[in-house]
Amino acid sequence: MISFERVAKRYPNGREALSAVTLQVAPGEMVFLTGRSGAGKSTVLKLIALLERPTRGQLIVNGENTAKLPARRIPAFRRRVGVVFQEHRLLTDRPVFDNVALPLIVADVSMREIGKRVRAALDQVGLLGKERLLPLELSVGEQQRVGIARAVVSRPPILIADEPTGNLDHQLANEMMNLFRRLNEVGVTIVVATHDLLLVRESGLREIVLADGVAGATQPPLPSMQAER
Amino acid sequence: MSGFGLATWSSRHGHALLSSMGRLARHPLATTLTVLVMALALALPLGLDLLVSNVRAATGDFSGAIGLSAYLHLEVAEERIQQLARSARQHAGVGRVEIISAAAALEQFRKDSGFGAALDALTGNPLPPVISVTPSAAASSPAEVETLRRYLAAWPEVESVQVDGDWVVRFNAILDELRELLLLAAILLGAGVVAVVGNTIRLEIDNRRAEIEVTKLVGGTNAFVRRPFLYAGTLYGLVAGLVAWLIVLLATLSLQPATSRLAQAYGSHFVLNAPEPREAALVLALGTLLGWLGAWLAAARHLAQIEPGFT
Repeated sequence: MISFERVAKRYPNGREALSAVTLQVAPGEMVFLTGRSGAGKSTVLKLIALLERPTRGQLIVNGENTAKLPARRIPAFRRRVGVVFQEHRLLTDRPVFDNVALPLIVADVSMREIGKRVRAALDQVGLLGKERLLPLELSVGEQQRVGIARAVVSRPPILIADEPTGNLDHQLANEMMNLFRRLNEVGVTIVVATHDLLLVRESGLREIVLADGVAGATQPPLPSMQAER
Repeated sequence: MSGFGLATWSSRHGHALLSSMGRLARHPLATTLTVLVMALALALPLGLDLLVSNVRAATGDFSGAIGLSAYLHLEVAEERIQQLARSARQHAGVGRVEIISAAAALEQFRKDSGFGAALDALTGNPLPPVISVTPSAAASSPAEVETLRRYLAAWPEVESVQVDGDWVVRFNAILDELRELLLLAAILLGAGVVAVVGNTIRLEIDNRRAEIEVTKLVGGTNAFVRRPFLYAGTLYGLVAGLVAWLIVLLATLSLQPATSRLAQAYGSHFVLNAPEPREAALVLALGTLLGWLGAWLAAARHLAQIEPGFT
């Protein structure tokens, strides 16, 4: 589903964020991406969402070689990758409904279909009935869930999340993880970048550790989890 | 899912249009000021154009006052005069040709001057025959009148050519000059309209940076992101054109009574003309086009620079 082959990324300012990352995420898998700040977690996610292109190496996402995808096909590519941010990035002047509907509106989905699917996505994250509220009228945990609803409303096969639990206490973080697990159970491939090692351990899912721009140690999942997969 | 049909097209454009209108309505003061500045810039050339065409209409009768008198040598024979008059009639830009024979001229002079008795004392007729040429209304520009003068003066039978009413010719030249100035002003003010819209849209793009980033992130195309801004610019232009027309219309209506009094004092039936539907349509179309252009330029320049990023 996601395949990095000796991928390097050097930014225009000369900083080399990734030097040679090789990693694979299988369809329907959920993995954690860990590493210190500056290890390149955000860069890996940016490359998956095609917000950046690799400088060297080969990166295949959803069957597309991202280095070669023409610019005009980037929007269609991005519609198949849901993104969740640490600071949720909701439009604070729009109600919850409009925020969640945005990915469908840009994809020319009909109004009737949008209503159905937005409510389904909000139901999935437990926020049905809060469509008319503004994001700032919600709690932090609820805002984060609106962000997830927006990321999954167009049913993308891949979901990536950048520190989705960074602003949440342990209990809310666990709820968030359960939400991701449920999405994963229905077939969504999920990559979660996080600092929260406790959360990773508890989940028992595979962990990809980034260090110095290299995906060095790919921790295998715990034996029990491996068997489950 | 995204079949490209009329329904899709109209729904995506309807969405962009509605969101643009909503946004403009949410900032009434800023929107009003922008529209007003644009409307004034559009109203000026429209008003100037109206001024020129009204002045031309008011002085339209004067073109009959332009005339050329070709004074012939005393000894030119009657048939030759007739011949010359005929060829003058066939010349381009000539409206009316009249022969004033020496005898007729003398008769006229005797009647008008009151020197009848003195004239009787003369043995011969001292007055020359005259061919009087009036240029057609379409050919009364200074250059055309001068061409005609040279044509007449080139005949060997002609002693001299006098141009009557050349102040009208000069006046028309001033109006022509004014019209050229008008074109220049329209171009400059049009560029001003584009700049005003462009700047307004640029600010709007800056204000909505976060929204644009998120939209691109979830797969919005550049066209999708650009659309509401283009609609906003076009709406600005359309409303500004409408307001410009209203300004000029109100100005002419308020000037009409005074103008009528002035015209009556000169015994004229001149009525100040309001902008014609054609001119109103032109200013609306021009405003809309310039608004769209300004928005397009701003969007092309600034939207491409906004790309979503992380953290």
